[in-house]
Amino acid sequence: MKCIIVDDDETARLILKQHCLNTSNLQVLSEFSSAIDAIKYLNSNDVDLIFLDIHMPSFSGFDFIKTLNKSLKIVLTTSDKNLALEAFEFKNVIDYLVKPITKQRFEKSFEKVVSLSKTEDSTNTKENLNKKSDYLYVSVDRRLVNVHIPSIYLIEAKGDYINIKTDGKNYIVHSTLKKIEDKLPEELFFKVHRSFIINTSEIVDIEDNSVVVRKEVVPVSRSNKGILMDKLNLL
Amino acid sequence: MQVIEEISGNDEDFKKNLLEIIKKEFSKEFENYNHSYLKKDFEEASECVHKLKHKISLLGFKEELQKAALFEKEVKKGNLELHENFIDTLNKINVYLYD
Repeated sequence: MKCIIVDDDETARLILKQHCLNTSNLQVLSEFSSAIDAIKYLNSNDVDLIFLDIHMPSFSGFDFIKTLNKSLKIVLTTSDKNLALEAFEFKNVIDYLVKPITKQRFEKSFEKVVSLSKTEDSTNTKENLNKKSDYLYVSVDRRLVNVHIPSIYLIEAKGDYINIKTDGKNYIVHSTLKKIEDKLPEELFFKVHRSFIINTSEIVDIEDNSVVVRKEVVPVSRSNKGILMDKLNLL
Repeated sequence: MQVIEEISGNDEDFKKNLLEIIKKEFSKEFENYNHSYLKKDFEEASECVHKLKHKISLLGFKEELQKAALFEKEVKKGNLELHENFIDTLNKINVYLYD
């Protein structure tokens, strides 16, 4: 984790640096005696965490936080015990350390930062997986088969089954259009009819109440025609 | 010194360096306080007291720290009742640091 220290008090900066030095996975990129210099630095450098003094001349820690448009994590440092309420009004404030900052208190604070980062990372990873996964596992003859989603050009409902048509192969799966629709990226797939989902990038041409997907003519319900037209890049 | 010992651990070089910086900053901040007081800039004097509070607490002067915190608020309003007391504290620290 990369951090910077912003404090006009050299003693305070030295103590914080020492604590950081004794903490694994924490690197001090730079230190600043003025909030203005720190803002300039942040404009061109990536930082995960800021140890920030509240009480600084001309430009306070609170003024500084208001200028930040990044979701940076902040641990406030201060000699005032009574600013905690105001401090936690800011979303990115993780902790509030009263000077002099002991080793034990510092470690506790960093644990809090790490724990929060892990939670955020895990959430982001899950979101990315959901967003970016190009594969779908479907049950075919009691086996789970990996289907590459962009290779699907058409899905047709047939009773209790759906027929997933891909570049190389068709898969008959015991499922519903609704279930598979929820798993597909909506920017690529569209349910044109109660029995058909098409890959919109595979449309060859469109007629009044049907589309041609590859070589297959697929009916389009009247209610979905307008939505389909909105999704297409029309000249 | 308990707080400084705790922060320094067994790192004697760090402890020496820390004490040097405390001395340097303390002298400057003491001077700044006197300057603000003489020109009756009580807002600035309060800022100086605030900065000195960190050194007072680092050096373990607990009782003096409480009075300094009170004085920080009062001097801002122009109440100088605790000025002499504050100067006594600073002198005490001066002796502590340089003797």
